[in-house]
Parts: sequence; structure tokens; C-alpha cells
Amino acid sequence: MFKEVLQSIEGVEFYTIVSMMIFILFFVGMIIWLLKVDKKYIKTMSELPLEEDNNEFSNLTGGTK
Amino acid sequence: MALEKFSYDNEIVRKFTIATVIWGLVGMLVGLLIATQLFAPALNFNIPFLTFGRIRPLHTNAVIFAFVGNAIFMGVYYSLQRLCKARMFSDMLSNIHFWGWQLIIVAAAITLPLGLTTSKEYAELEWPIDIMIALVWIAFGINMFGTIIKRREKHMYVAIWFYIATWVTVTVLHVVNSIEIPVSFLKSYPIYAGVQDALVQWWYGHNAVAFFLTTPYLGLMYYFLPKAANRPVYSYKLSIVHFWSLVFLYIWAGPHHLLYSALPDWAQSLGTVFSIMLIAPSWGGMINGLLTLRGAWDRVRENPILKFMVVAVTAYGMATFEGPMLSLKNVNAIAHFTDWIIAHVHVGALGWNGFLTFGILYWLVPKLWKTNLYSNKLANFHFWIGFLGIVFYAFSMWFSGITQSLMWKQFTPLGVLQYPNFLETVLQIVPMYIIRMIGGTLYFVGIIAMVYNLVKTANQGSFAKEEPAEAPALEKFKDPLKRGVIHRFLEGKPVIFIGLTFIVIIIASVFEFVPMFLIKSNVPTIASVKPYTPLELQGRDIYIREACNSCHSQLVRPFRSETERYGEYSKAGEYVYDHPFLWGSKRTGPDLHRIGGKYPNLWHYLHMENPSSMSPGSLMPSYPWLLSNNLNTSTTESKINAMRSIGVPYTEGYEKVANDDLQKQAEQIAADLQNAGAPVDPNKEIIALIAYLQRLGTDIKANPVTTVQTGK
Repeated sequence: MFKEVLQSIEGVEFYTIVSMMIFILFFVGMIIWLLKVDKKYIKTMSELPLEEDNNEFSNLTGGTK
Repeated sequence: MALEKFSYDNEIVRKFTIATVIWGLVGMLVGLLIATQLFAPALNFNIPFLTFGRIRPLHTNAVIFAFVGNAIFMGVYYSLQRLCKARMFSDMLSNIHFWGWQLIIVAAAITLPLGLTTSKEYAELEWPIDIMIALVWIAFGINMFGTIIKRREKHMYVAIWFYIATWVTVTVLHVVNSIEIPVSFLKSYPIYAGVQDALVQWWYGHNAVAFFLTTPYLGLMYYFLPKAANRPVYSYKLSIVHFWSLVFLYIWAGPHHLLYSALPDWAQSLGTVFSIMLIAPSWGGMINGLLTLRGAWDRVRENPILKFMVVAVTAYGMATFEGPMLSLKNVNAIAHFTDWIIAHVHVGALGWNGFLTFGILYWLVPKLWKTNLYSNKLANFHFWIGFLGIVFYAFSMWFSGITQSLMWKQFTPLGVLQYPNFLETVLQIVPMYIIRMIGGTLYFVGIIAMVYNLVKTANQGSFAKEEPAEAPALEKFKDPLKRGVIHRFLEGKPVIFIGLTFIVIIIASVFEFVPMFLIKSNVPTIASVKPYTPLELQGRDIYIREACNSCHSQLVRPFRSETERYGEYSKAGEYVYDHPFLWGSKRTGPDLHRIGGKYPNLWHYLHMENPSSMSPGSLMPSYPWLLSNNLNTSTTESKINAMRSIGVPYTEGYEKVANDDLQKQAEQIAADLQNAGAPVDPNKEIIALIAYLQRLGTDIKANPVTTVQTGK
């Protein structure tokens, strides 16, 4: 069943190569972007989980003294 | 800008927290029972619902989907609301998700001991439950994406990407691996057969580990470790690189579960190559986690939460190094089918999943109940006894696995097997099984200490269902492309992000599956391989019901030590009518692929009644009910029909006369047993099981010179 579905797609082998290329290009693009990205942005991002602590019960330390 | 007032839903987090703890206790208690059964078979109690084969999947499902599953949802529901600065999208969906998931777990806990199973590891649940899982999972998805879309925080923190990747991939895995033809309300056959079924199953099985036990937990690590350490993650850039490479590479590695099997070599090699590459992104995650604590190691000494998290991340690093090593063919040749694999998965489950969950629980429960942890001392006790438990567990299983494997492969100087009796290699490792049970007990004692500690903590605090919060409304994006390319654009567009993750995992899957399903030479057909007779088919379903495949493989690897012990190695073409494949993944008992014709019918009869009568000292449970249960032949017609619809060449109309053939064959076997001195009613289940066992692997024995006919 699965086999028939796949066979009915024209040039299905070609899709595997194209998909591989899409990924490689995406990955390379990501690396280039990472090298050029603004440091301030990275800093903001990495502090996201900590910042909402202001709204919380900041007197608590999860029981660790 | 005006602040919007809203509140976080802590009630749903509380529910998942309680469920995590309860199912953790249940799942691990069942684990302890089956670990003990392995050296004390009397603990199977001769009761079908308590035999090892049936409750081993109960243990794995309870730990993976009940304990870890609920822990994932607990962490996601807590962190997602806060990272998005928004309440969950819909309280109703949250509750549907919670109660639906618990219902699925209860359904599993009932059906698995009843022997209602598909036999596919970690996907044992039958089709109606599969549909329930899909519906509940979709409710979770809508709830999660709804929250992300209505968020008040512009950026999506890396933990959220891991949650998204988890949701998308598990959806695809579950759907593809569960395509099956229902035979009755609680019985189905997969549409794939043999080698292809094995490939799909291990593509699923491996990625269930990847996207249920790993990616969501990395998301939790990226949120809760910085929270517990009160410092940002070591490198945010590293988290981006390791996220995309992990998501892309993991999907390909499944075939490493099938090395030296009948799977074509190219697919096996593909699995190995990608497994080795996986070290990089896995260790990227580990390094990022550990280095988050740089300069704060003094606090690890005092803080049990950080201790749990450090060991969890280290266990992740160890397991993800061991995994690729096990994917090397020469290492796999030793490790596969042995307890080494059990050690490997438990370093992951007890260390990574267990300890990270405990760390989060110790952090979260005091937060939710607005108090301090009841006892730091008790948490430290939990940490050390749990850690000791892991050490006992892992080392005993490493020893056991390597010892047994070497015994399987040992030849005398004359060139014959030194330990031709399989049982001898089992009895050798019994002490290791006892030590493993002790390790598991230590770990379990730690959990009981945790439960007490958490209950005390909750009792001394006060829980508030709603946690008030405020945040400015999110400004609409003006021109996202100008502010940075690719990723910043993507993380502003969750829908595109979801699509991209989907494409990435589909790419790999297509690459893996297309050739397997299309190129005929991948499964050379063997002319003498014929479909099962109706009686054998019924016997096979009994084999599945009792989960014989939990302990017996049906795959002779092409090693001299195995062909000497079992017979001719297994060929892909022998399995073309096997819906599902029953290769197994662990040899607690010997391989059964060439069992057909090896022993007389009487041997099987007496062996199933009481294994130690035939093999003194055997650890196999007894199956006395097979001798007294009548075979249900009313299902034969629907089974033949279902098999034909997925490509097994039974002739049209055969389903009407199939039971006549069944009866004839049963009477032959019963007559043979009678001659041998054991009068048996031909309508008993044991007759069908014997028919199946005697058929196993005989097709090529009967006609060994049949040439292999390959397609183009």
C-alpha cells in the first residue's frame, strides 16, 4: 500500500536529493547567521527563563539553604 | 505600554506532578517484579496476567509514557506559560489532555496483562488505544501552539523549540508506525511485513527514545537547570546549533538496532554513520548543561537539586557516547541481544530521565506550594541511594551482557561450541540478575523517600491554583526580515518553525524508507517460503499474546557461533509473510528462528507445561493455561481476510474453508502427541502454538537449494 503510494510519485528518488540539499543549505545559513548575530540578542535570549522571576515569590529558593 | 494582568494555571501543573510521582512508583515497582522473575521464575505465579512476557511491556510503557510522559507535561505546562508570559491557551484542553493521558495509561495497564499487544516494542498498545493517543496528543498540540501564538514574549526560548520538535516528530512516528489493519476490536496486523516492518518499527523505536526521552528533556534542562542554578545557560549559540543538528541526525539512526540482521547492508551502514555523527549534537547538549554551572560548583555540593541535575546531564553524556559505540558493527556483534543493552537504556532512564525529573520535582513542588523543601537531608539521601542504585544496576548488566555474549561465542580448540547448552550461559549470569534487583531496590527506596519528602513539603505549604502575573501585550512584528535573517525570523513565526521541523524529519525518513520499499532486490524472495497455515497463524498470535518475543529472538545472525548453535542464518526473504515481524531485541532464552523440527511435538508440550522438566534449571515461566484453554477458531476467517488485504496470497474464498484445514492439522499433531504418550484434545491452544513453533524457519530447510530470485 505504502509502496504503491510512493511509486505513484513521479521521480521520487529525486526528492531525497533535493531534501538533503535543502537541509544542508539551511544548516550553512544558520551557521553564518550565528557567526554574525548581535551579542545583545543572544544575551537577552539566554536570560529569558530567569527574567520572569520578578513576578514570582522571589523569597523562595526551592528549599535549598 | 500598559501592563496586561493574567494568571498562570498552576492547577494543571500540580495534576501532572502528582501523576508523575504515582506512575513513577507503579512503573518501577513492576520493573522490580520482572527483574526478580528473571532469577526466581516462581514469581510468575503460573498466572497469565503476571508472566514476564506480558508485564515487561507494562514496565516499559509505564516508565516511558506514564512516568516520563507526565513529567514532560508537568515541565512543559509550567515552563511554557512562563516563557510565553501567557496562560495556557485553553483550560479545557489542558484537562482533556491530562485526563485523556491518564485514561490511556489505565487502558494500557489493563490490556497489556491481558495479552492484547501488537508485539512492537514501545508501541504495544492496540489500535483503539492508538487512536486515543492520537486524539489526546492533538489536544496537547493545539493547547501548546495556541499558547505560543498568543504569547506576550516576542522571542521563543530554545526550550520551546525542543517542545515543538517533540510534538511534531512524535506525531509522525506514532501515525506511521501504527498503520495497521484491524482484525477485531482489540487485534490488528501491521501493513508492513518482515524486514520492512522491522525497519519501520526501529525507526519508530529509536526516535521514541530521541523525541520522547531526549528532546523534551533537553527542553526541560534548558529551562529548569538555569532556574535551579540561577544563571543563564552557558552558550545560547551552541543550543541553536545542537538543536538543529540533533533534530536532523536522530531520525536516521534507527537501523543501528538491526545490525547483522536481514536488513540490507546499505541501510545498516546508514544507521551506523548517523549514530556516530550523533555524538556531536548530543555532547553539545551535555556540555551546555554542565558548563552552565561553571563557577558555581561550590553550590552543587550543597544543593541536592543541582546534584540530581548534574548526574542527569552526565548520564545523558555517557549514554549518548555509549549509544554510538554500540552502533559500531564490531561492538554490536557482542552487545546486541544481551544485557549490555539493558544497562545502556537504564543509564538513560534511571540517570538522565529519572534524575532530571527528581531534580525538577524538588525544585517545583516547593515553588508550587510556596514553601521550602521539607528536608534537604532526605533529598540528599535520595540522591546517594539512587546514585548507588544506578551503579549497581549498570555494572551488573554490563558484566552480565559481556559475559554471556562471550560464552555464546566461545569455541573449544577443536572448533565446537564450548557452551552448546544455552541454559548454561543463563545460569552463569544469575548472580548479576540478583545484583541488578538490589540496584533497582535501592533506586526505588530513594523514590519512596522522595514521595514522603514531597508530601510533607506540600502539607506545610499552601497551594494556589492561580498565580497572578502581568506583562505588556506583544507588539506586532513590523518587518521581521530586516532585524535578522533565518532564525530570528523563524522564532517569531512559530507556524513556519513547526513546518520546518516537520520537513527536516520527513526528509530523513523519506531518504531511509523510499529505497527500502521500492527496490525489490532489498528483499529477495525465496520460492519455498509460503504463508502460514491457519493453525500456525493462530499459534503465532498466541506467541504474540504471550510476548515470547520479549525473551526469544527470531533472527540468526551470520556468525559461525550462531549458525553452529541455531542453524542457517536468517534471510530477508523468509519473513515476507510476517505481519508483524518477531525478531525480538533480547535473548534471555535462545533464538527460535530455526526451532522448527528441532524437537518432537511432545518436547514442546511438556516444555510449555513446565520448562524445567525439559531443561532443568530453566528460568522460563510455565504456561499451563495453554494446555487447558480452547483455541478460539471463530477469528480464523477475519484473520485470513485481514492478511490477504495486506498482501499475503491466500486464495479467494480460502477463509471459508480455513478452519477445516486448521482442524486437520490440529488432529495430526494431537495424534502424534497421543502416540508419544500424551493424549491431548486437538482443540487446545497448545496445539496451535506447537504447529507454529514446528513451522518456524523450516521453509528453507525443506528446500535449501531454492535459488534466490531478485527483482530489477
